[in-house]
Amino acid sequence: MTQITRDDVLHLAQLSSLELNDAEIDGLQTDLGNILGYVEQLSQLDTTGVEPTYQVTGLQNVWRDDSVIDYGVSREDMLALSTESSEHQVKVPKVL
Amino acid sequence: MITISDIIAQIDSTSAREVIETALAKARESSDYHALLNLTAERALERADAVDAGKITGKLAGVPFVIKDNFLAFGAPTTAASKMLENFVAPLQATSVEKLEAEGAICIGKSNLDAFAHGGSTENSAFGPTSNAYDKTRVSGGSSGGSAVVTALDIVPFALGSDTGGSIRQPASFNGVVGVKPTYGTISRYGVVAMASSTDVIGAFTNNVSDAELVISIMAGRDVRDMTTLPNFFEPLAETKPGLKIGLISDFMAEGVDSDVRARVNEYVAKLRENGHIVEDVSLPMAEYALAIYYILVPAELSSNLARYDGIRYGFRAEGVKTLAELYGRTRDQGFVTENKRRIMIGSYVLSSGFFDAYYLQAQKARTLLINQFNKLFKKYDMLIGPVAPTTAFKIGKNSSDPIKMYLGDIMTVPTSLAGLPAISVPAGHDESGLPVGVQLMGPMRSDAKLLALARSMESKL
Repeated sequence: MTQITRDDVLHLAQLSSLELNDAEIDGLQTDLGNILGYVEQLSQLDTTGVEPTYQVTGLQNVWRDDSVIDYGVSREDMLALSTESSEHQVKVPKVL
Repeated sequence: MITISDIIAQIDSTSAREVIETALAKARESSDYHALLNLTAERALERADAVDAGKITGKLAGVPFVIKDNFLAFGAPTTAASKMLENFVAPLQATSVEKLEAEGAICIGKSNLDAFAHGGSTENSAFGPTSNAYDKTRVSGGSSGGSAVVTALDIVPFALGSDTGGSIRQPASFNGVVGVKPTYGTISRYGVVAMASSTDVIGAFTNNVSDAELVISIMAGRDVRDMTTLPNFFEPLAETKPGLKIGLISDFMAEGVDSDVRARVNEYVAKLRENGHIVEDVSLPMAEYALAIYYILVPAELSSNLARYDGIRYGFRAEGVKTLAELYGRTRDQGFVTENKRRIMIGSYVLSSGFFDAYYLQAQKARTLLINQFNKLFKKYDMLIGPVAPTTAFKIGKNSSDPIKMYLGDIMTVPTSLAGLPAISVPAGHDESGLPVGVQLMGPMRSDAKLLALARSMESKL
């Protein structure tokens, strides 16, 4: 049975870009342990020589003409969706 | 139960405006169900006037419908029932919505769901749960709960939903309406908030099967903006021939399933036999593992799809942050509900180095084994039948503290999702408390028209 520690939760939160508050961490530790404990039953299956299935339609190399499609959305429309923008660019806090 | 042809007759004898005003009034009167997050009244009435003026025509001219709020559509924000997108006003519309609008259909509102479609009860909506159409103390099912309820309450004759692991079929069953999950790739997903790209499909709720056939046929077909769409194959059949061979999945009829649910399925099976079809018990042993496969693959895919919600280009952005890392972390913590976080973190776990082979790869191989079992059954049987869910609608709050218990409700709907197969939920009576029970018909890829034709032929015989 998979043991999920508090540090595991914090590590997964970091991988997931989630800044969890303390109250959530305990609950998630229990839930994640239970869910992983449930899905672990797949280890019982013998899948030797079985190919994985990543998609179900069998479609391959779907091509379209290399031409511009007008989606009817302007740059200004898209920038307006952002909380903060200036001079046709999205503003973010300091990166470094 | 209101149908599309009833509505078209009403428009002919009155006006589109009157029909749309009636639908909006019904929606407002039913606000205590909390099935709708926003009405698109202004745009709906403008379009109704255009129908009355002859400027908008088509097979659905003036017919009101409701859209699950994870579809981008004009006239109201597209929230996915989340704080993350609470004020997101879509700059474009989903292809499915465009196609319905091109036939004159009029959206009157956006329906409630589990936030980002993560759940089976709408209790994970950031804006509160939707009540069941038959009992306000019970869940609507989910994740497309709101769309099922507005159809069941006769607010509109049809509503759109998305189904990743049962999100159309289970609420259809819980509210006594028809719910269609087409073959994977039948309908474009362009403009719909992505959850798990290898199983997400678009479908519909209706009050009878022929309305579902009409709506699906309008939405189906290839879309260059969604490269996973199949060339249009969906053509409703005039009739169904007797002598279909149907397998009853015995794994879904075991002790743990409500006896009333099993009884309604058995009655449906008896009616199929009376009408000249052959029904035999079959076994799908991999069904036992389907839920475990699903709760590895779907979190893996959605953890990638939900990475885009970072507070930068659109949607909610946390305030009072100094660095970019803080902005990401706090935006996502405040913008997602707990179930979103559970699934994202499970996805991060099964995809992380060291665990990838044991979880993600093993699940994709197990998925192949499941598909192989379906294929073997479809060599002998035209289609399969079983319940939609192990229970009827449960009480609000009953399962919400235990994610595993909630996930187990999906056990009969996830196998077809993993295999991309068409599956429909059709009303099959009620349990002893008067709550609806649905029966599920499942078929091979592209057998949608056959499933619907059979369901239609049985409608008058139940």
